[in-house]
Amino acid sequence: MKSAVIVFPGSNREGDVLRALSQAGSQVEKVWHAETALPSGTDLVVLPGGFSYGDYLRCGAIAGRASVMDAVREHAARGGLVLGICNGFQILCESGLLPGILMRNANLKFICHRQFLRVERNDTAFTKRYAQGQAIDVCLAHGEGNYTADAETLRRLEGDGRVAFRYCDATGAVTADANRNGSMNAIAGIYSEKLNVLGMMPHPENLIETLVGGTDGRGLFESLVSSVARAA
Amino acid sequence: MKARVTVTLKNGVLDPQGKAIEGALKSLGVAGIAGVRQGKVFDIELGTTDKAEAELALKAACEKLLANTVIENFHVEIA
Repeated sequence: MKSAVIVFPGSNREGDVLRALSQAGSQVEKVWHAETALPSGTDLVVLPGGFSYGDYLRCGAIAGRASVMDAVREHAARGGLVLGICNGFQILCESGLLPGILMRNANLKFICHRQFLRVERNDTAFTKRYAQGQAIDVCLAHGEGNYTADAETLRRLEGDGRVAFRYCDATGAVTADANRNGSMNAIAGIYSEKLNVLGMMPHPENLIETLVGGTDGRGLFESLVSSVARAA
Repeated sequence: MKARVTVTLKNGVLDPQGKAIEGALKSLGVAGIAGVRQGKVFDIELGTTDKAEAELALKAACEKLLANTVIENFHVEIA
């Protein structure tokens, strides 16, 4: 399994993602945003969290149009796996790889805390190591994570089973209190039509060591590695 | 030639920043304000003197980058 972590000016979570992927058994290479091609044999592209281009204009707007994104779009169109976390999710929405947009949090505050997510389905390349309906304990840290889309897009996402994760409490219940950024339908992550692109606001890469308080994030990276191994 | 591009949120899109500004104006005692929506203004220096060409370039700029047409409208004025 070969992963490419794209680094934009202002990305700051690439090291954590690299560590999570290596731990799960993937080879990982960092790729600078000005590149026009991905390393040959790339199975998974990761757009890490951070503040690409200082969040100028709109979060992810400028990174979403970087030259490497054409290669990422081609990779996705071929069915290749793409994961965008936090700013990476914002970039995927801005680049047109995922529908909708992440707006300013409803309470206008930057939120940073531990968060449970309900795994909506466990039959994708990203979630097979989890149970369906499982509440996983991860972290989130963002000012613009309020998922917004028009009514038709939401209907399509829900109808096609493209909601990956929802904000929930420790028991897996999706409550208003658990949805601190105000996302529509408590959406924390969504898939592309073919389920090969995932964008999510929370950070699974933060919870991969008992030393820092939890390992629920590992399942996502292990799912990816085992999916690619099976396909090869 | 110069142009001014205004990008505003579409009707119906929640604008928590506009709401916060509206609340602040109320708390300052500014009377007669019923609502505030926040947007962006771009002042652009054009590299052409051909108005039709400028209009095309500005439309492309808005659609490709300046506005996210999922939630925003744009308006172009050429001076």
